[in-house]
Amino acid sequence: MRWVNRHVSRSRSVMMGAIPIVLLVVLYLVIAAERHAANPSDKILPLPGAMVDAMWGLLFVPDQLSGRLLFWADTLASLQRLFLGLGISTLSALLVGLLLGLLPPVRATFGTLVTGIAVIPPIALLPILFIAFGLGETAKVALIVIGIAPFMIRDIAGHVSTLPREQILKAQTLGASTWQLMIRVALPQVLPRLIEAVRLSLGPAWVFLISAEAIAADIGLGYRIFLVRRYLAMDVILPYVAWIALLAAMIDFVLVWTNRKAFPWAHGGRR
Amino acid sequence: MTPLLTFKDVWVEYGDKIVLEQINLTIEEGAFVSVIGPSGAGKSSLLRLALGQEAPSRGTLMLDSVPLPPECGPDRGVVFQHYSVFPHLTALGNVMFGLECAQSPLLAKLTGAARRQAREEAEAMLAEVGLKEAMHSYPAQMSGGMQQRLAIAQALIKRPRILLLDEPFGALDPGIRNDMHQLITRLWTDYQLTVIMVTHDIGEAFKLGTRVLTLDKWRHDPHAPHRYGAKVVYDIPLERNKQETLPEADAATPLSIVPDDAGITIDRFDNN
Repeated sequence: MRWVNRHVSRSRSVMMGAIPIVLLVVLYLVIAAERHAANPSDKILPLPGAMVDAMWGLLFVPDQLSGRLLFWADTLASLQRLFLGLGISTLSALLVGLLLGLLPPVRATFGTLVTGIAVIPPIALLPILFIAFGLGETAKVALIVIGIAPFMIRDIAGHVSTLPREQILKAQTLGASTWQLMIRVALPQVLPRLIEAVRLSLGPAWVFLISAEAIAADIGLGYRIFLVRRYLAMDVILPYVAWIALLAAMIDFVLVWTNRKAFPWAHGGRR
Repeated sequence: MTPLLTFKDVWVEYGDKIVLEQINLTIEEGAFVSVIGPSGAGKSSLLRLALGQEAPSRGTLMLDSVPLPPECGPDRGVVFQHYSVFPHLTALGNVMFGLECAQSPLLAKLTGAARRQAREEAEAMLAEVGLKEAMHSYPAQMSGGMQQRLAIAQALIKRPRILLLDEPFGALDPGIRNDMHQLITRLWTDYQLTVIMVTHDIGEAFKLGTRVLTLDKWRHDPHAPHRYGAKVVYDIPLERNKQETLPEADAATPLSIVPDDAGITIDRFDNN
């Protein structure tokens, strides 16, 4: 049987998906154990016990300097920046994307500008953001917004402009004004795509968040891993990276689930 | 009968390519005009003109003796072959859309008594096209024939002066197509509609229409094929399909498809 025709059942695909992950973990443990056999104070590949010890302090013991539980404070600060950046980007993508996609004069006027901003590498703008907004929260959120909003705007505008011409004409024969077309025809049809765009932007958003935190911050997941790097503290960095991965996966899952529940019409009417 | 839509020496040109030329037509109220012709003969251009999607390069279109603005409006309903319904609305929502747009300019949503009334009207219209059971379905859950029924109901709720059909049944299988022919004939009679239908199917054109227009290039220049556009080469009135309520309807319809005074005797080059 050809491989393209080999369908995998759901339970088996879960099992098969777990295999490479388990293998990687086992490989890590074997190599780490080997290194520790040669050098018991090895810091590069810490054993699980060392990670638990290091994380215990961050999770449950208040920091001597600030009195905060660092792990939770880091998570909260990072998520706040991330969601603020994502939220502003999403709203502006919706608004600007609808206007650009639906109204030819707006597209003619601002289309080039949006494309121009989108091709600038956002990290190159980071110094400008720090100069303009200082080293506080604003610059970090602004970096996320500048990093992902242009892409999302272009995606939404592109999707709106591919709505069948027939639909736009039909709506007009039913008496719809430009405004009514925008809120009743284009807006609802673009929402599933918007959620999809947020999902795709989530990866870049994390990149910009951690970059900004690495350069100038006093709290945050990215700040922490770059701080402890100085002490080769892999026992903190690895759990933090795993935590970031878990957070990203959970946000992605929630977005997929919301998309399916909220827009049954976009998925063949199934709920 | 009163002229509803008039084409006065209408030309459609794209750059130096001439698509339609010298179209002079008077479409009367209550007519069912079928438009046939080979691909690329400007059938769809003619419909786009009537819809207001395009403005003629030369000449004027008049609706009720008033020049037609080059923009779609609620006085002309349309059903396309595809994408005529909104995928994000249920059948009921699709039909109510036209009522909501008219009554609620800001939100295009109705509440309370106005909503109930619009809903009742929409339900009656859905029942009329045989979609009462599928009222709460989304278009993605419907067959092609059901979607076209929905598109017709959606257009008719606005009581348009003219209903424009752009190959509305082209994508349907023959059995369903036959059902749709009965439906559109019934609605045309019941609602006293004026219909312009573009079709590829000559049988359909003659079965449904009270008048069949054939568009074709009237002259071919092998060195510049684009310099001659299509004209109305045949304009065939069909007495037997006339609406029964109209006085012109003739009980003893001639058996021949084309009446003696039409069709083959028409001068191909100067019939306008």
